[in-house]
Amino acid sequence: MKQALLILLIAAVYLAHHDFWNWTRIEPLLFGFLPVGLWYHGAYCLVASALMWLLVKFAWPKSLEEIERNPPEGDAR
Amino acid sequence: MIPGIVVLIYLAVVLYIGIFASRRGKPSGEDYFVASRSLSQWVFLLALFGTNMTAFAILGSSGIAYHRGIGVFGLLASSSALVIPLTLLFIGTRLWAIGKKFGHMTQVQFFRDRWECSAIGTVIFALTIVMFIPYIIIGVMGGGQALEAVSTTVGPDGEPRAFFSYEVGGALVALVIMSYVFLGGMRGTAWVNAFQTLLFLSFGTAAFIMISRNLGGLDEIISTLAAEPKTAPLLTRQRIPMAEFFSYTFIPLSSIMFPHMAIMCFTAERVTHFKKTVVFYPICMILLWLPCVFLGVVAASQFPGLRPGESDDVLLRLLTANTDVWLAGILGAGIMACVMAADSQILAMSTMWTEDVFAHYGGRKRFGPKTEVWTGRAFVVGVTVVAYLIALQLKDNASIFELAIRFAFSGFAAMAPVMIAALYWRRSNKWGALAATLWVAATMFGSWYLYSTTQGIAPSPGQPMAQIFPALGDLFLRSPTNVLVYGYLPVLPMCLGSALWMFVVSLLTPAPSRAVVERYFEK
Repeated sequence: MKQALLILLIAAVYLAHHDFWNWTRIEPLLFGFLPVGLWYHGAYCLVASALMWLLVKFAWPKSLEEIERNPPEGDAR
Repeated sequence: MIPGIVVLIYLAVVLYIGIFASRRGKPSGEDYFVASRSLSQWVFLLALFGTNMTAFAILGSSGIAYHRGIGVFGLLASSSALVIPLTLLFIGTRLWAIGKKFGHMTQVQFFRDRWECSAIGTVIFALTIVMFIPYIIIGVMGGGQALEAVSTTVGPDGEPRAFFSYEVGGALVALVIMSYVFLGGMRGTAWVNAFQTLLFLSFGTAAFIMISRNLGGLDEIISTLAAEPKTAPLLTRQRIPMAEFFSYTFIPLSSIMFPHMAIMCFTAERVTHFKKTVVFYPICMILLWLPCVFLGVVAASQFPGLRPGESDDVLLRLLTANTDVWLAGILGAGIMACVMAADSQILAMSTMWTEDVFAHYGGRKRFGPKTEVWTGRAFVVGVTVVAYLIALQLKDNASIFELAIRFAFSGFAAMAPVMIAALYWRRSNKWGALAATLWVAATMFGSWYLYSTTQGIAPSPGQPMAQIFPALGDLFLRSPTNVLVYGYLPVLPMCLGSALWMFVVSLLTPAPSRAVVERYFEK
């Protein structure tokens, strides 16, 4: 269930990248000079960062930390 | 002259960092090529981000934004802000683990072991090198261009004079990079990259503020651009077709497939170092790209009429025109920090040569680890010299951005399904990987061939796209700058085709041995 929700969330964030409704618009301007097509994608980066935080919290590959705790006896070479 | 001197001081500092790092080194391949897998958390984050940012990120993005507008940020930066951290989280951490477990230092070593086949590694090695060389050349070209532009001042006769020419600047940058990579290996390169990232993130923001202040009100500049029919589209995405915008979200898949990025994943001391990296990566993207893209658009009002090749240095022109000489020098050093990303690429190529060829074919066993390191160092010198000579030849022939995209980004992105299958799909095998790799090579060279043979029918900007083969309708189209497949960039069919070949051919051919599956997958 958790995994499905996270996949849906990733898909939703990916889809939000294609903001066709802002394609030909300049306004609203942020701070009076940033066109909407620019600040929307700036905000999108913040959303991507929040998504990564969620993934790190709920989809982190804990099994790999085992390698840290118990390093292999010797490498392949 | 003063900006040139400031940049020289900066070059001396990065050289010193490389020399300092070399004192911490041990005489082993693992230490020279992956810093004994010991990078700390913040060095890992900063070095990884810096490694991925090249001349094209800062100069290319502004140059393209100058012509195509603010949409360049969404096209390249915000899509990367999502896709690159995802690949680091789901591919990078696994690469780290197999490196730690089996001692791998390159992707090719992993592919050879995972598919129990030396030849598949050799094929992927050859394709990777072909795709990687232009990327290194871009780094050297960017260094020459940036140093020339940063050191250009207006003489008493009103004519611009460059303290460093493109040729001398390129040689100087190449020499400095070669020296600290030669001496410091991965540790030196990572430390320099971490220092450079701090520099270009902080000075980039400072440059944005200084230039904005001097121009006197960004809102006025935006109003002027919006009022002019020729420049108003720059504030929207009218100059970027939706299909192209969609296609570009596949390009960041290339990041983890670039050898220098994959090798960087092997250098973290702990897998938990990836946590902060994936969370902060999108923030770093905003800090670097948003000012660059915005200033590229602003430059359209300050320096109208530049052609694509000329617009690559608009950021430097803004800097020179809007700050005093000392500040321009300091900020120019920040730009140089971003431009000098060829270091990790040169080191990665040297690592591949040494590990995938020299060591793989018995060199390490015969000559020992010291010779292995010296082989890598000799390769660093050779690659840098060759890249510089090619950069001299290509000086006026290709814009930074176009060269990178056409030859490297699409090809590396289309190799991502091979990596994903190797890491996550037990049933994937060498035949599937070989089929996917050949598909990538064929489509990459095919799209290059179509592009180069259709220059004559390429429409002007704003004109409708031309059909390359009228009998096939809109299957292959020619835009002013690209070959398109039903309006999409070739990277889209390349990625989908690569995944399909991997899947179908793996299923049709024998499964990999149980031993290798047990080695790489948990029960």
